[in-house]
Amino acid sequence: MKPLDKIQSIAAYLDEDAVDTDIIFPARFLLLMDKKGLGGHAFHERRRVKKGETPFILDRPPFDTAEILVAGKDFGTGSSREQAVWALADLGLRCIIAETFGEIFYANCFKNGVLPIRLDADTLARVRQAAGREEEIVVDLPSQTIVLTGDETISYDVDAYRKEALLLGLDEIAVILRDSGKDIKAFEEGQSRRAPWLRLGPDKWKVFDDLEKEQFIE
Amino acid sequence: MHAHDRPRTLYQKVWDDHVVSTYQDGTQLIYVDRHLVQEVSSPQAFVGLDAAGRDLHRPEAHMAVADHAVPTTERTATLREGLAASQVARLSTNAARHHIPYVPMTDRRHGIVHVIGPELGFTLPGAVLVCGDSHTCTHGAFGAVAFGIGASECECVFATQVLRQSRQKSMRIRLEGVCPEGVQVKDVILAVIARIGVGGGVGHAMEFAGSAVRAMTMEQRMTLCNMAVEAGSRIGLVAPDETTFAYLKGRPLAPTDTEWDAAVANWRELASDSDAVFDQEFEIDVSSLSPFITWGTTPEESAPISGRVPDPAAIDDPRVRRRVERSLRYMALEPNTPLSGIAIDRVFIGSCTNGRIEDLRSAAAVVAGRKVHPRVQAMVVPGSASVRLQAEAEGLDRIFSEAGFDWRHSGCSMCVGMNDDRLLEGERCASTSNRNFEGRQGRGGRTHLMSPAMAAAAAVSGHLADVRDLWPEGTK
Ligand code: SF4
Repeated sequence: MKPLDKIQSIAAYLDEDAVDTDIIFPARFLLLMDKKGLGGHAFHERRRVKKGETPFILDRPPFDTAEILVAGKDFGTGSSREQAVWALADLGLRCIIAETFGEIFYANCFKNGVLPIRLDADTLARVRQAAGREEEIVVDLPSQTIVLTGDETISYDVDAYRKEALLLGLDEIAVILRDSGKDIKAFEEGQSRRAPWLRLGPDKWKVFDDLEKEQFIE
Repeated sequence: MHAHDRPRTLYQKVWDDHVVSTYQDGTQLIYVDRHLVQEVSSPQAFVGLDAAGRDLHRPEAHMAVADHAVPTTERTATLREGLAASQVARLSTNAARHHIPYVPMTDRRHGIVHVIGPELGFTLPGAVLVCGDSHTCTHGAFGAVAFGIGASECECVFATQVLRQSRQKSMRIRLEGVCPEGVQVKDVILAVIARIGVGGGVGHAMEFAGSAVRAMTMEQRMTLCNMAVEAGSRIGLVAPDETTFAYLKGRPLAPTDTEWDAAVANWRELASDSDAVFDQEFEIDVSSLSPFITWGTTPEESAPISGRVPDPAAIDDPRVRRRVERSLRYMALEPNTPLSGIAIDRVFIGSCTNGRIEDLRSAAAVVAGRKVHPRVQAMVVPGSASVRLQAEAEGLDRIFSEAGFDWRHSGCSMCVGMNDDRLLEGERCASTSNRNFEGRQGRGGRTHLMSPAMAAAAAVSGHLADVRDLWPEGTK
């Protein structure tokens, strides 16, 4: 994962609440099995405009190069599809600022070098205004601040371990395997004694011995 | 004082039982007992795993099944080519390569992950269960801590069997009283969501309690917990009790003999302590409810069927007004129109919310002796092959077919529109699924969420209708 430290960019904005992950990445594109190159399908329906209509904000200069997106309330609610984050990241977005987020979407952001920031409605409104004025916004992760033109500094919260993961571009799985292998093993031994029924083993799966086989023409 | 001497909630007990280690910042590594794997959220996780040259930590802790993209019109061993077929094939190959038990779509155990997990006894009280799917909260009906995760987290579970998490706050929703005739659990959960909003449960594990919940069957509890995520909670829960144990006993993957007895003894201790403190509590008297339907594009935009489409002009808060205007534009609804009477084109009965046998029974009871309105195209998609077989054994398929419903094979189908079952632009659908988001059932499609009985009433009426006017004597 690419480390994230500081973002300096204008911000695109969505004046809409409850932008769910079906809007961000419609289900029919979930049949694609890639992680990369999904940006073209992000906000698919919103980007479909007739000739002469104003294009969707992320297709419109200068916002098409924005690395920050300012949204409303309940952004990324609904489905757990990580494609929603992959698609936004593919468009070059690295920070999303909203009043509230869908929880799984929020967690998914951190796994992909995207920083989600929660702000209260009034503060968010000021960031939104700055975005509308096409001003450059600075999002600094080490100091956990957003700096607007005119020097207003806004601080925000982020979990310490998630911050570190973003700053260092950590591979979380590698870290767990390196540091926690022993703990996991110890837990498993304890659980085998305490609650053996939770530990499905090959003997239990014998009930699946008669499973049919599928054939595919790919 | 020992940490466990403090009164704890159901959620906290299961959580505490799964802590592998605690970090300085308070986050914890949580052990995952079971992982359901489906075709949509897993391909990229397997790619990541393979790229790093990692093996599965414990293959037998997973169960794989393709449900989202499978066709429901026919069940042959051969899938036609195309993106959906490749995705299903990929899951099958990945599962075989990593020795994960995989249920093929031709098997009698096939179905939607959240329907077959419980049916097979894969889902157990006191377990931590995850899946790359937000409706994993369904399994909380058994007193499991079950939640949806993203593909990166799926990869982490494959490789390590743990996830780094922060403990959620606790919320309790007390449901008291008895539902009036014609009011189903779907109406109850829609009413809960209307009350607390789509973000109301964020950061909280949502436990459902109260006399109405105790009286519910397991299928009803699953419908309830299924939609916790539509109120913002990744986790829904119901304390396990005799109803839970009776449902699980004898299921293929459930414990047996002395292990069963030990498990039940353990499960009896899981209920929230009587003096446990919840961060938030709500109470709803279900005896005052009437059938609900959604009129907008989020599950909180709902109203009793006797109501009308809201009028944005009457809404003071500009932000809410804008939101409602947008929903009505998408849904092509005029303010103040009575909800009962809005003409529909399609009916979908199915999904992990309402695709189980009791749902089909209640819909069939309304449909029996009636015909689907000529304007309407209606389908029933059982949540699993076993639900389908059971329905056929009871003759429900004939009731549906004779009325003019399509009788399909198991899968997610038009809940998500990833196979060929989807709405066309502008079509209006009465649906028993869980999401009425823009385009959810097909680009430009318009979804009204409701109970199976209400969807059946809409099918035979040709418009949104109050099922209480059609309610057959003696049905539940
Ligand atoms: S039925 Fe719908 S909500 Fe349930 S798992 Fe399938 S797509 Fe998701």
